[in-house]
Amino acid sequence: MEITLSVNGVERTSDVEPRRLLVHHLRDDLGLTGTNVGCDTSSCGACTVLLDGESVKSCTILAVQADGHEVTTIEGLAGAAGNGETGALHPVQEAFHAQHGLQCGFCTPGMVMAAVSLLDENPHPTEEDVRLGLEGNLCRCTGYQNIVRAVLAAAGEVRA
Amino acid sequence: MTATETPTTAEGRAFGQRLLRKEDPRLLTGEARFIDDLQIPGALWMGMVRSPYAHARIRGIDVSAALEMPGVRHVFTGADLADAWADPMPCAWPVTEDMKAPAHWPVAKDKACYVGDIVAVVVAEDRYQAADAVDAVVVDYEPLEAVVDIEDAASDRVVVHEELGTNRSYTWTLSPEPEAVERAFAEAAHTVSETYVQQRLIPVAMEPRGVAVVPGVYGGDLTVYSSTQIPHILKVMVAATCGVPEHKVRVVAPAVGGGFGSKLNVYAEELIAVALARRLGVPTRWTETRAENAVATIQGRGQVQRMELAADAEGRVTAVRARITADMGAYLQLVTPGIPLLGAFLYHGVYDVPAYHFECTGVFTNRTPTDAYRGAGRPEATYAIERAMDALAREVGVDPAEIRRRNYIPPDRFPYESVAGLTYDSGDYEPTLDRALELVGYEELRAEQARRRAAGEKKHLGIGVSTYVEMCGLAPSRVLASLNYAAGGWEAASVRVLPTGKVQVVSGTTPHGQGHETSWSQIVADRLGIDPADVEVLHSDTAVSPLGMDTYGSRSLPVGGVAVAMATDQVIAKAKAIAAHQLECAEDDLELVDGELRVRGTPARSMTLQAVAFEAFSAHDLPDGMEPNLSAQVSYDPPNFVFPFGTHVAVVEVDEETGRVELRDYAAVDDCGPQVNPMIVEGQLHGGIVQGAAQALWEEAVYDADGNLRNPTLVDYGVPSAAELPSLKLDHTVTPSPTNPLGVKGIGEAGTIGATPAVINAIVDALSPFGITDIAMPATPERVWAAIQQARSGSAGDGEGAP
Repeated sequence: MEITLSVNGVERTSDVEPRRLLVHHLRDDLGLTGTNVGCDTSSCGACTVLLDGESVKSCTILAVQADGHEVTTIEGLAGAAGNGETGALHPVQEAFHAQHGLQCGFCTPGMVMAAVSLLDENPHPTEEDVRLGLEGNLCRCTGYQNIVRAVLAAAGEVRA
Repeated sequence: MTATETPTTAEGRAFGQRLLRKEDPRLLTGEARFIDDLQIPGALWMGMVRSPYAHARIRGIDVSAALEMPGVRHVFTGADLADAWADPMPCAWPVTEDMKAPAHWPVAKDKACYVGDIVAVVVAEDRYQAADAVDAVVVDYEPLEAVVDIEDAASDRVVVHEELGTNRSYTWTLSPEPEAVERAFAEAAHTVSETYVQQRLIPVAMEPRGVAVVPGVYGGDLTVYSSTQIPHILKVMVAATCGVPEHKVRVVAPAVGGGFGSKLNVYAEELIAVALARRLGVPTRWTETRAENAVATIQGRGQVQRMELAADAEGRVTAVRARITADMGAYLQLVTPGIPLLGAFLYHGVYDVPAYHFECTGVFTNRTPTDAYRGAGRPEATYAIERAMDALAREVGVDPAEIRRRNYIPPDRFPYESVAGLTYDSGDYEPTLDRALELVGYEELRAEQARRRAAGEKKHLGIGVSTYVEMCGLAPSRVLASLNYAAGGWEAASVRVLPTGKVQVVSGTTPHGQGHETSWSQIVADRLGIDPADVEVLHSDTAVSPLGMDTYGSRSLPVGGVAVAMATDQVIAKAKAIAAHQLECAEDDLELVDGELRVRGTPARSMTLQAVAFEAFSAHDLPDGMEPNLSAQVSYDPPNFVFPFGTHVAVVEVDEETGRVELRDYAAVDDCGPQVNPMIVEGQLHGGIVQGAAQALWEEAVYDADGNLRNPTLVDYGVPSAAELPSLKLDHTVTPSPTNPLGVKGIGEAGTIGATPAVINAIVDALSPFGITDIAMPATPERVWAAIQQARSGSAGDGEGAP
């Protein structure tokens, strides 16, 4: 099936099998490997992307279901400087860096996208809001402590 | 040495700073490349056909339907691959001379011995086609009775490997003075006799495993990309088992998404990928699914522990006797048999105990092999002694904190020669207890507990303490030799100052989340007096870092980081020789300050490190006989382990009506000596504590009687999310190790080691009004509720009977 997605602001048209998962389309067809696959039951959230601005687990939807929609992946979050230099990180990425909210980094793209979506819906969350809001994203390295701090810092609720 | 004293050295120095990590930007933007991200033109995807039976004879395999499917190129059975490997899969740790080990081939030939055992391999053009074809391979199995339970296995009622004649792989004993132990128990005023079960755990690194092999058919070499903690060890093992000359093998660990011991192994899929890439002459690759990971990647723990203490009238422990039965699973993986023995020396923990007996029997079962999982043997040992100390406190009738104070090895006894034969390098345990109790408000909590119990509340407050010591920094090679381990425990590093003054460090460690690039940069920059940003750390590729023993056992800093420091010091010595020659002064007159070699008292006479490096590079005017270039390489073999320690205190609320346990508060005071980067140390502790608490509360690989894993997905297996956890309170003390020049100790496993007994002790404390003295792990609501019901009905309240 031919589908057209707007991925990180760029129109991408592809011919995909009807059963192809969005995450495999992004990774294997479009070369956007920042979005990771950590499970096969929609439990871990490593594959979280934004679909029309809302977080979704891209292993849970088919590529064809995203036809005509806007997808933002981790690659589309930081500003691109366009001259080979690094662009500015998104405030949530900056906060994860400043608060040591990542270790191995495998869950990080999904965790960051989930946090962006969480803050979009609730710009001033409490610690409990953040903990409950990130329940669908698993991390094995950090014990979540610095992830929670990072999200609160990004929200301006604590001093970074 | 107070708890609040920071370990940082002089203001402005790189060592001790909370430097933000160099690794972060590429990981935060999706730029980092994990194994499955690699684009490998022409690679064929492998799919593994795995046994659905825990124990079954393979009567025949029909591959015809699979071969007809779109994109499928080949299907290989065990028989097809009979000559693919020169040797079976390696076990590097034959712990006793008479250890029994079955031949373990990457693809089973006659019999499958656990659910997940590979019986055939599909090779197809893409991953979807490979997955489809796996389902089309028809295997004719003759199911056999499986043995699942550890103690049932020890009885040999069902034998996993007929050719061995028994499930008992080995019995290993450490009993320096058996009569002293007997005497201590005979004369004891108090004794404790407990049985604990260490349930099996699934490590769940967030990145599943993967491998890709590019055969240089005409280029002469073979490159293995693997999501591994041990590229250097894997290189040796690929050469040994696949018959590839070692100098023709390169192993690369790309970005690796966590390991926790589960990627400290040589796996069937790696050896299959090598064999098939060579046979087919094209690249092969495979990425594990999460459901595969649950059965195909090693599991952790899996022990039954019989723990006995003898004590005098005041509760001073006079002997420890620990008898362990350890579940090896169906085969011995790389270090399977040695894992329980990494705890063998620590069943008396932080306590000054004069008599000691340890024995461990390793048994085969029809389950996934066990092997290293964060802490590896030391969490099990710590759990046993810390649970038993609480039992002793109950027996003697004193507070759990007090029983520990009476037994701690006193600070003036270090270096401490332990009854088990170790030399604990340094320690001062009581301050960590004091501070941890202070952080949770221990006295107030005990008052609250008494008040609430008196009021008959249905929610019960419990406080649990554990003090641990860990032997880590694996390891002195001679000690490993005495334990029959096949390899050494050294680590390599090289440091080179480039002609422009920038510095490259090559490390034999293999970070996968630990932040070595940042910490090693700090160590080097600190010594050279330069900016850590001017240091680049290279690792995890045997073509770049040819020498190394990799990352596990909390060894990277106390072995690998020390090697980096020593190589840096050699560079400084050479730089001084060059500068002395150029400046016409004595080497002893030079000091290295802020990246500049200055003549003491005459700061105008100086050379920058960069200028010295350029002199070394141009080699126009070096001292007679000196080799060009400013670089040094070190292989460091530590003289001893290092022994970090600390006290953890867990505070729980247990609802007697639902059995639900809430972790209300948690404090940890750890001591790993001077901290290179306190931010990274705290991160290691956060993650470790949550993993340890998860063993206590949520995680278990649950098997049925037929050997089926009942919870292979993350829907069913209880990896905690942020929602289940409180904010953790951390503090530290600083007791340097005299063993190495940095004074450092490892911290990667400490959190896991301290946490599990603290949480269970807290739950048992909460349930003590019911007379409950034990609860099986994980302490699920169902188990806790059942334990309360049993206690109320007057039967044994140990929680063991609950599912």
